[in-house]
Amino acid sequence: MAEAPKPVAKKKIELDPRLAEYKGVWVFIEHERGQVHPVSWELLGEGRKLADVLNVPLAGIVLGPPGEAVRHFCQEAFYYGADQCYLIEEPLLADYRNESFTKGLTDLVNAYKPEILLLGATTLGRDLAGSVATTLLTGLTADCTGLAIDPDNRSLAATRPTFGGSLLCTILTLNYRPQMATVRPRVMHMPARDTSRSGVIIDHKLGMIETEIVTKVLEFIPDAKRDEAQLAYADIIVSGGKGLKKQENFQLIWDLAKVLGAEVGATRPIVQAGWVGPDRQVGQTGKTVRPKLYIAAGISGAIQHRVGMEASDVIVAINSDPNAPIFDFATYGIVGNAIEILPALTESFRQHIATVRIAS
Amino acid sequence: MNMHIVVCIKQVPDSAQIRVHPVTNTIMRQGVPAIINPYDLFSLEEALRSKDKYGGRVTVLTMGPPQAEVALKKAIAYGADDAILVTDRAFAGADTLATSYALAAAIRCIAQDMPVDIIFAGKQTIDGDTAQVGPGIAKRLDLKLLTYVEKIVSVDNDQKEIILHRRAEGGVQVLKSKLPCLVTMLEGANEMRFASLDDMVRAARFKVKVWNKYAAGIEDVNKIGLKGSPTVVSKVFAPIQKTVRAEIIECASGEPKELTATLLTKLFTKHPMVLDAVSQNA
Repeated sequence: MAEAPKPVAKKKIELDPRLAEYKGVWVFIEHERGQVHPVSWELLGEGRKLADVLNVPLAGIVLGPPGEAVRHFCQEAFYYGADQCYLIEEPLLADYRNESFTKGLTDLVNAYKPEILLLGATTLGRDLAGSVATTLLTGLTADCTGLAIDPDNRSLAATRPTFGGSLLCTILTLNYRPQMATVRPRVMHMPARDTSRSGVIIDHKLGMIETEIVTKVLEFIPDAKRDEAQLAYADIIVSGGKGLKKQENFQLIWDLAKVLGAEVGATRPIVQAGWVGPDRQVGQTGKTVRPKLYIAAGISGAIQHRVGMEASDVIVAINSDPNAPIFDFATYGIVGNAIEILPALTESFRQHIATVRIAS
Repeated sequence: MNMHIVVCIKQVPDSAQIRVHPVTNTIMRQGVPAIINPYDLFSLEEALRSKDKYGGRVTVLTMGPPQAEVALKKAIAYGADDAILVTDRAFAGADTLATSYALAAAIRCIAQDMPVDIIFAGKQTIDGDTAQVGPGIAKRLDLKLLTYVEKIVSVDNDQKEIILHRRAEGGVQVLKSKLPCLVTMLEGANEMRFASLDDMVRAARFKVKVWNKYAAGIEDVNKIGLKGSPTVVSKVFAPIQKTVRAEIIECASGEPKELTATLLTKLFTKHPMVLDAVSQNA
């Protein structure tokens, strides 16, 4: 999409009868190290709405090693809105590998023919979605921020940012099935967990043995040992931008984050300058976040950054320019030099926390 | 035997400099520089490092308009050996599925001269952001797909074996796989070298190979461009933006200390969940 996307006149398309067989909404349930990624539940919440409009079932797709865990994941999927789960249990699915998971998911689609297939836009989800879409020769829309059903033709209307978030475009996959889309973590709301719900598990075989898989996992090094940023699901984030002027001033962001037990975020120019690692970038080409409190210091609020953090519950902006766009959507603003305000803010929070500690 | 590495790159508008016209909601392209997609540079550098370490040849490939030649020449200046531009009006409007079809066809043509051992592609582009073309090429050419690689530990071209670190959710997978494979590098995995003066001179004189759809080995014209694209853009529009101005914190003295104390009082009285989050985290 190097060219500006040009809207195509919407046609009423008579769906090929072969494609009309494709029914139902599927959500790939992603899990690693015994934990389901929360994006899967967020997608079930969104998938439920689509399935209700279409009046079709919502299914969760679980691939993993045999055992209690995968059955438990199916149960949880029912609580979050699924009517059924397609389950492939095989020891060789213990680790994510492109070859085995592509085969598993592609086979399921060919056997049970869903009309919509949603995956999280995680490293795993993007690796798998691109492979499955090409294998099935169907359309895939990445990083959607809105999913709806087009009333004219019952197809999936997938809306995503384009040109760094300056514009949105709605994409349809008209004469291909399934219609595939990925959505980033934290873009959709977490649905309610209803333990009165139940559903049906449909078992399927993988039909693949270990010797057929070329790629071997030699080792898995968990992030706990590596001090990786966990921005997407952080409750509090302190972010810095170009207004901090010098690399050493970025320490003020770390100081405040430490007092608050917060994660540190940054804008793209800061990451490009190498002041922090790329896993801390918030925005269109970084991460989407929605913490309870987002403190933006020396950040102008360019659209590139805004799309990644505007869903935060409370945004506090510190900027010396009273006309900075960030003040158009922040909750509170302090007009002032971030380099002077940040230490005062850190001190105010420190005092508050000390008072709370003494009181309790 | 010498390795042959193909690096797929894309020329993109520098999205940091794109502005939308406030009235017409159209993209204002005038003066926006075209650059090599920044994510591709990590893959190009890794390809050049593999060549430095194990010997071999690096061919850069792009599909795009004729002016994308500039991006290929830049790659030559960094040290690539050969450059191919696949360009044809018939490719216009291609989505990721149609793009991977065209690039896979071109790579088959490249491999006729010298078999290809590793294909590098960018993790994603900054204009499309889809991260689908790399996986798509791998599937079409039946190559092992290794995405989000943060480190290549070793390549054994005789045994056709590669060991690398792949970023996964919650950790890093150490993987052993086989050549030929397609690798996408994670940002920050390396730092692009400076172009040497010799290479800059070579790049300036370099004749980029230009292939139209026939030269690129396209067999089915229904699979390229708009025709070969399952996805269609139905609507482009400006985001509806919240226009509630921030409540600007002010105080008599204007001193940072008093400003931040005023802010905290407001935060904690009006947003109890922020108070909870601060108390829990600290």
